Amino acid sequence: MTAPLLQVKDLKVHFPVRTGGVVIGRYQALRAVDGVSFDLAPGETLGIVGESGCGKTTLGRAVLQLLPVTSGAVTWLGQEMTGLGAAAVKAAREHMQIVFQDPLASLDPRMTAGDIIAEPLRNYHPELSRAEVTRRVGELMEQVGLLPAMVNRYPHEFSGGQCQRIGIARAMILKPKLVICDEPVSALDVSVRAQVVNLLKDLQKTFGLAMLFISHDLAVVRHISDRVLVLYLGKAMELATRESLYQAPRHPYTRALMSAVPIPDPVKERAKPRIILAGDLPSPLDPPSGCVFRTRCPKATAVCAAKEPVRETSAHGHDVWCHHWRE
Amino acid sequence: MTDMAAPDVPPASNIGPDAIEGRSLWQDAWRRLMRNKAAVASLIILGLIAFFSVFGPYALAWTYDQIDWDHVEAVPPSLALKHYLGTDSVGRDLLARTLFGGRVSLTVGLLATSVALFIGVTVGAVSGYLGGKVDQLLMRFVDLMYSVPLTFFVIILMVLFGRNFILMFLAIGSVEWLTMARIVRGQTLTLKHREFMEAARASGGSTASILIRHVVPNVLGVVIVYVTLTIPQVILLESFLSFLGLGVQEPMTSWGVLINEGAAELEITPRTLIVPAVFMTATLFCLNFLGDGLRDALDPKDR
Ligand code: SF4
Repeated sequence: MTAPLLQVKDLKVHFPVRTGGVVIGRYQALRAVDGVSFDLAPGETLGIVGESGCGKTTLGRAVLQLLPVTSGAVTWLGQEMTGLGAAAVKAAREHMQIVFQDPLASLDPRMTAGDIIAEPLRNYHPELSRAEVTRRVGELMEQVGLLPAMVNRYPHEFSGGQCQRIGIARAMILKPKLVICDEPVSALDVSVRAQVVNLLKDLQKTFGLAMLFISHDLAVVRHISDRVLVLYLGKAMELATRESLYQAPRHPYTRALMSAVPIPDPVKERAKPRIILAGDLPSPLDPPSGCVFRTRCPKATAVCAAKEPVRETSAHGHDVWCHHWRE
Repeated sequence: MTDMAAPDVPPASNIGPDAIEGRSLWQDAWRRLMRNKAAVASLIILGLIAFFSVFGPYALAWTYDQIDWDHVEAVPPSLALKHYLGTDSVGRDLLARTLFGGRVSLTVGLLATSVALFIGVTVGAVSGYLGGKVDQLLMRFVDLMYSVPLTFFVIILMVLFGRNFILMFLAIGSVEWLTMARIVRGQTLTLKHREFMEAARASGGSTASILIRHVVPNVLGVVIVYVTLTIPQVILLESFLSFLGLGVQEPMTSWGVLINEGAAELEITPRTLIVPAVFMTATLFCLNFLGDGLRDALDPKDR
């Protein structure tokens, strides 16, 4: 196995939240990401799934150092990123870019498509001539399926799918090694989702990219990922290869998520056992003791409340954080 | 795997010789402004007023401070005496005085507003974008400045540095930037949490480049409207200071001063009020139209 591109170890991101106090605020830690670890090999796609509010977006931002990391390590190409100065972080970011969820909001309304795509290039390679920048932007626009003639248009003149293509082009212009896709298709119409996902797959092949693909859509994640990490309330629940996870989910939470995905066959769909999760996501301000999933888990027992499950690895390197995964 | 980005890729032939040149927001804004008839007309009228204020006095037979000793009284408009718009109560040519006053008022308006614009936008954007301690410090300073009465502030300046014209720009500019800074800060705060600001940081933008490339263009629409409101305010403020004896002094004059004098003689010689008032109102109207035009021109959504 090649050396990992990115290593995340016991990453914690806590936000102070004011919970009371009139003059002097009382603060509590919101545990958005609470001890997540994973490796990412060059060219690999890791899908990160979970409900909204499980910390998957925060995880992506923390890897990029766009948010202050509370503790833990993010190692990029063998270099520890947390605690680096602004200049070093900037240098490292040249090879890791991000595609955002809301395509229109992530583009500056007062910049033309061409300027938006060229911006990272201007930041990192101010020595390039105008003509060279224009040439590269045009080339890339074609690669992401935009007409180079559209360089002078403003974001609001594009459709959602086209905006996302601009966002993707911006992330690709530096030829990064890793692209973090934060729900890149969930704001798009169903009809263009597949196109954008396929575009990402194609680009990944052409550029040899590694991807962190963050989404709540299990079907999309299945289509694009090599491995999948399931998050719940800022903690890892299950981490496995795509085949292993989708064919034999071990964690009760993953099973519940899977059972909610409709099967396009009415007979099977009706026959399929459905696991309905009771209750809401508990507050990350005050997570349950022991296993964070126990308040909604159909299999929860006394031990789940007392002890936090540790990682257990099955055959084929399928990692599960659950006391009762064998049952 | 990044070696497929080898620098020796042949130039993409498919882009062709007619590769489309990138245009900037400014070029687009200029084109849109030129399509706005009211704005273009305002621009022309403002240009004419400025031109005549600067060069007009040289072409006239009388200068602004010259008293027509044969007629030390309000002379009605007369071609023979070369008082085309008559004289004021002490026999000075009204047209010459109005044009000369325009020089003073326009200079004060432009310079003081530029000072206010520059300081206000810089302080507001930096304060809003950086937040935290810097923001606290800058905004408390703004509050402090707000609490100092203008006249008091000007008098202190005069006492310290003696009376001069430049000081007036400084005094007025240093008061007008406060509101500007607050407006820009507020706008920046709302901008800061938009996703594209995060995208800009992720794509390696430094604080300075983000401020210049993303914050300033996005607050400009509001700022320009405020500028067109500030210029008239500054012109009036100048006449107020002059009235207190802190601004321009006789025989020097400005529109504000002329209007003040004219208002006093309204019943005897209404034209001493009307002439400078027409010039000033025309300027203010044009500024407002131009401001609206600029705001629309800077908004790409408004094609
Ligand atoms: S540890 Fe217990 S509560 Fe947690 S997922 Fe497993 S069975 Fe459910």
